[in-house]
Amino acid sequence: MSMTTINPPTTSTTPLPTEQPTQAKAVELHGLRAFYGDKEAVKGVDLTFAAGQVTALIGPSGCGKSTLVRCINRMHEEVRGARAEGNVTLDGHDVYASGVDVTAVRRAIGMVFQKPNPFPTMSIRDNVASGLRLTGRKGRDLDERVEKALRGAGLWDEVKDRLGDPGAGLSGGQQQRLCIARTIAVEPEVILMDEPASALDPIATLRIEELVGELKARYTIVIVTHNMQQAARVADTTAFMLNGELVEHDDTQKMFTKPDDQRTEDYVTGKFG
Amino acid sequence: MSALALSLPSRARYPDRALRWVLTALAGGILALIVFFFIRLISEANPAFSHFGVFDFVFRNDWDVSRSVYHAAPLVVGTLITSGIALVIGVPIAVAAALFLTELCPRRLRSPLTVMLELLAAVPSVVYGLWGFLVLAPKLKGAEHWFGSTFSFLPFVGPDVPGPNYFIAGLILAIMILPIVSAISREVVATVPGEHKEAALALGATRWETIRMAVLPYARPGITGGAMLGLGRAIGETIAVTLVIGNAPQIGKTIFSQGYTLAAVIANEFGEAANNQLHRASLIAAGLVLFVLTLLVNVLARWFVVRGTRGRVTKA
Amino acid sequence: MSALATPFAPISAGRKRKDKVMRGLLAAATGVALVPLVLILYYLLKKGAGALSWHMLTSDPTGSFLGDPGGIKSAILGTVTMVALATAIAVPIGVGVALYLVEYGKESRFASVVRYFVDVMTGVPSIVFGLFIYITLVTSDLFSKGYAGWKGAVALSLLMLPVVTRSSEVVLALVPDSLREAALALGAPRWRVIARVVLPTAAPGLITGSLLAIARAAGETAPLLFTSALVFGTSFDLGHQMNSMPVQIFNDVGSARSEIVQRAWGTALTLVVMILLLTMAARLIARRSRVS
Repeated sequence: MSMTTINPPTTSTTPLPTEQPTQAKAVELHGLRAFYGDKEAVKGVDLTFAAGQVTALIGPSGCGKSTLVRCINRMHEEVRGARAEGNVTLDGHDVYASGVDVTAVRRAIGMVFQKPNPFPTMSIRDNVASGLRLTGRKGRDLDERVEKALRGAGLWDEVKDRLGDPGAGLSGGQQQRLCIARTIAVEPEVILMDEPASALDPIATLRIEELVGELKARYTIVIVTHNMQQAARVADTTAFMLNGELVEHDDTQKMFTKPDDQRTEDYVTGKFG
Repeated sequence: MSALALSLPSRARYPDRALRWVLTALAGGILALIVFFFIRLISEANPAFSHFGVFDFVFRNDWDVSRSVYHAAPLVVGTLITSGIALVIGVPIAVAAALFLTELCPRRLRSPLTVMLELLAAVPSVVYGLWGFLVLAPKLKGAEHWFGSTFSFLPFVGPDVPGPNYFIAGLILAIMILPIVSAISREVVATVPGEHKEAALALGATRWETIRMAVLPYARPGITGGAMLGLGRAIGETIAVTLVIGNAPQIGKTIFSQGYTLAAVIANEFGEAANNQLHRASLIAAGLVLFVLTLLVNVLARWFVVRGTRGRVTKA
Repeated sequence: MSALATPFAPISAGRKRKDKVMRGLLAAATGVALVPLVLILYYLLKKGAGALSWHMLTSDPTGSFLGDPGGIKSAILGTVTMVALATAIAVPIGVGVALYLVEYGKESRFASVVRYFVDVMTGVPSIVFGLFIYITLVTSDLFSKGYAGWKGAVALSLLMLPVVTRSSEVVLALVPDSLREAALALGAPRWRVIARVVLPTAAPGLITGSLLAIARAAGETAPLLFTSALVFGTSFDLGHQMNSMPVQIFNDVGSARSEIVQRAWGTALTLVVMILLLTMAARLIARRSRVS
């Protein structure tokens, strides 16, 4: 059986170059439902993403995992006719509370997308700085933060001599790390990753996975993936979704060796996918 | 396809070949026609160029029918001033409307508002001229006078306002180019990939900041192309302009002065020029200058539009 | 636990304000863009409806300084006649060139050159087309000197040609290749595929494009000023000067007599109604059929 090839995740405890007090916070979902018009894509999910840990979200195509994640930073409602119900809290504060500014939510909860999307007309530096410029940071302070973000994304050494080059001129893997740098530059508390490596080659993928391990101490990370080996490599806990419902959520080790639910076991052993 | 053609009996291929020949001849005919017209224009305009010299004809300021002196600088300047005003007023409004209709407008309103905007293109230029001359110019005279007096410290602004003038002409032209500039801008803005907008939103940008960060930079070349197409249209517009510009062959001192354009002079003076060889040649020369100007602007515009809608090339 | 009351540091009031202001500006700009249309239609109706009457539409302009200024019958008939002739010239040629570009010109350099020239031609001012015809037909001895309705029609057809060609090319290119291949595979020769499959499939789109070109030509004044000129009496004789609605308006605008100015409004209203009908017909046909 393929069980024996799955390795337990390695917990990385390497401190980052500039030590910061941890700012990771926990995200909790209570009874989250998401709709596209009349169609219910997420059907009442209760789930906790522990602070400072990596949680993987797995499941077959169309099970609602991307939709669920987009509800956390309220990107879901950008789609016409889409809405969400229920409760999503960051460190106990409801993200959907009335009076909460959605742009502030997205500041605190960052997102990395499946296809790397650096701004095509901006240089590497400007890309990383783009989020910072929104709050009016300038000058020396800006440059320092750009460097810090690029180091945090493991990209600094490769681009430090060409910060003025167009962001779109990098390779796919580098572009994705650039997007990660852009995301962490604004110092969120949570990073959502929607299949961040699925458009990349295997070597770039491994590099991203390493990065996730380095980042998790400071951020709460949720990573949607259709690649179970990847979940096994990077995630502390894993949640399995099927048809809009949360089937099981547990330590990654347990999910892949001795899951409680039969459906989980079927998926994880490849009976359907 | 050619393999199939070979398998047909040769008798059946005659209509095919005839059709192909006819259609190719038509296409080639168009090319030949354009070249022919260009050459004829040059030859008919030649008497004026050889009499005044090409450089002098275009750049000296002296168009005086009574003395049989024809130098086109006031016409060229008038053309550029009115088109310039049209761009300054028309392009921002057209682009703003395009952004609104594509990014911010509620779905239900999008179609009717777009149709209304496009209807502006259906109004013929003579009706624009009629309305401009009989309604807009008189109604705005007071406001122009007020503006001219209050801001007379600015260059090119003064309190004298004869009814028709550069500004009214420019304003009418601005309205006339709204449909084309906004149509192209809308198309370009709509092709901005959603992923860039999502990236901006996910960083916590407001709707306007998203437009500014992700949409406008991407759309800039295409929008520039659209603006240039609008410029081409404004440069060549005849009837609406001649009714509201005053047709005075001078370089006016303020934007409220009367003036003239290349297109307007042709429309106005060809009648009396029918029997005067030099006058006629000068008008045709003005037409040639106009033709070349619009060609240049259009070629440049298309280059921009192609660059803008093809999208960026990114390494995989 | 956390230092802030909420982890969502609210964005600065300045940014919020800017967002609101800019969005408001964009909406306002759209409103401003639509104001002229409303105003023009309003004045057309207000000043032109009063001029419309049976008499006005069925009698010729008299051109006299005093007395009854007459109606615009010759102008209406002139426009219809010349535009019809222009259509008869421009549409077959335009569709023909478009057919060439789509059916035979996919790879050829020659076709790209033609396409580029036609594209550029759409930007040529209408007065330049009038000038072309003026120097080649009106003042030359080629056919006969002088103004003529048919020469005005030719000038209009030059105007319509690039528009018809371009829109037809787009429509013809939309006809799926699979349809052509199916017909060819059945053994049909190329010309029959074009005549029986491509053209009928593209017909609605071709008609739409032509109607829009017609609407544009109907409103043109400049090319007619020195090709067909202005004349008052009705005639269907395309060999002589012929009246047209835009030229009639142009002539009447500056008149000292208020009845003539009002007649100009009425003519303008009639012209705009005609063009709007053509445009609406074009849209309806386009909407009712889409080449899938």
